[in-house]
Amino acid sequence: MSEGDWIGGAIAAARPQAMAALLRNFRDFDAAEEAFQEASLRALKSWPKNGPPRDAAAWLIMVGKNAGIDTVRKQSRLQPLPSDEAISDLSDAEGETVERIDEADYRDDILRLLFVCSHPALPATQQIALALRIVSGLSVRQIARAFLVTEAAMEQRITRAKARVAAAQTPFEAPGTIERSERLAAVAAMIYLLFNEGYTTDVAEQGARAPLCEEAIRLCRLLLRLFPTEPEIMGLAALVLLQHARAAARFDADGAVVLLEQQDRKLWDRRMIAEGLALVDKALRHRRPGPYQAQAAIAALHARASTFAETDWAQIELLYGALERMQPSAVVTLNRAVAVSKSRSAAEALAMIEPLAAKLGGYFYFHGARGAFLKELGRAEEARIAFDRAIALANTPAEAVHIRAQIESLSTPQELRCRHLPPSPSGA
Amino acid sequence: MQYAILCYHDEKVTCAWSKEHDDAVMAKLGAVMEKHQRQGRLGPVARLLPTTAATTLRKDREPPLVIDGPFAETKEQFLGFYIVDCDTLEEALGFARELAAVNPGGSYEIRPVAAFFPEKAVS
Repeated sequence: MSEGDWIGGAIAAARPQAMAALLRNFRDFDAAEEAFQEASLRALKSWPKNGPPRDAAAWLIMVGKNAGIDTVRKQSRLQPLPSDEAISDLSDAEGETVERIDEADYRDDILRLLFVCSHPALPATQQIALALRIVSGLSVRQIARAFLVTEAAMEQRITRAKARVAAAQTPFEAPGTIERSERLAAVAAMIYLLFNEGYTTDVAEQGARAPLCEEAIRLCRLLLRLFPTEPEIMGLAALVLLQHARAAARFDADGAVVLLEQQDRKLWDRRMIAEGLALVDKALRHRRPGPYQAQAAIAALHARASTFAETDWAQIELLYGALERMQPSAVVTLNRAVAVSKSRSAAEALAMIEPLAAKLGGYFYFHGARGAFLKELGRAEEARIAFDRAIALANTPAEAVHIRAQIESLSTPQELRCRHLPPSPSGA
Repeated sequence: MQYAILCYHDEKVTCAWSKEHDDAVMAKLGAVMEKHQRQGRLGPVARLLPTTAATTLRKDREPPLVIDGPFAETKEQFLGFYIVDCDTLEEALGFARELAAVNPGGSYEIRPVAAFFPEKAVS
């Protein structure tokens, strides 16, 4: 890894902490973002010369606060007297020396930032998009991909969200207990998307993206400490742990995607699996089912199967059915179809997904799954067309390579790999 | 005399360790453990999952109450233990110091064992 990568990675990893502290300091998204940008620019200049700081987030916060103060000073020459609050914030910030910033403060700041991003004035999708942009620092393009919308649409959504938050004069204190509970669902959804952003990757980026998954897991544990009796938060934590446990097995030495079926299960992280299974058990005790618990239960069935052949597809199909009722979506139906292709037949699976073409026509996994079903049914030419569509829509080079291998195997009959399926959200 | 070496640390810190760092710490602890195992002094050792995976049974009422989370909210959490056979407290402290040298941060509580049931051990 080159120096530039390291610095970029360190800045990205420190972003949620630094942004949260800067937002608490400036109480304004734009000011906090500007301060963070300025601090990042200075880091790019300073770190190669002086070496990495011991605590990147603390460095960015200190430099960002000072950079922000400079900006406020410049503005104050042009503006009437600053408010009392602004004055006291300034003197507080100036009085600070480089201090050891408590890890716990970081976490509380992140949580506060997450809740601020889930302002009731914002529709859920805008809350999530804003949090991904502001907290995680994902690019508009990355967020658009996670949402299955165009980049332009997402840009507009984020701009609107920022304007709305500004107009709504978001309080920068953490919400009260009841309000906090109401917002928990939006925060959980955002964390899951954050996890998926880290999980949707290829081998070249896996290392750089892993911190996203790890941050999502940390945020889940943090939420669990604050909401220890919420089964859906247990479910979410279990889900991300059980999925991330497979990280080391997802790519082979050449960087090609290794599907669940071929993964070396010895490479799965047993400790993460144990933690995930414990959380699923804890959640199910409450008998208050929810979408995260259903997905975690599916992941738990994969984790509990010591070989792919032992996977309980019938149970997985039932759980996807439950998930479909709780949270109807074409993507969930697609996943249920993959389970159906295993527990019953590819013909039934294909019939299930044909009506989804209108909704999922731009979705890589749809064409990949459809191609695999067609292939299993011996309809090679149609399978080839579906795989070509999938390649055109692949998110990563590894995905495209995998589909190309599928196409090649179409021309080799009696291929043992006829049961290959493309990666699905429930799969690799 | 058997001693339990009870490990306490802020789990927010240990959970934030990278896999590489975690693996390195475990390898170093493993070397210390192996040395004492060879001398036949080391009993069971366990590392616990984070307290967010814990459930508590409050048995001070009837029926007992099941609560999510650890028994007590503390700044540092109980994360694992070693059972070690030592002649003196000094020896037990020596073992704890060896562990501390490769895994700084947090605290070890050295607690004499009153009764030990090794045949009850699970695999």
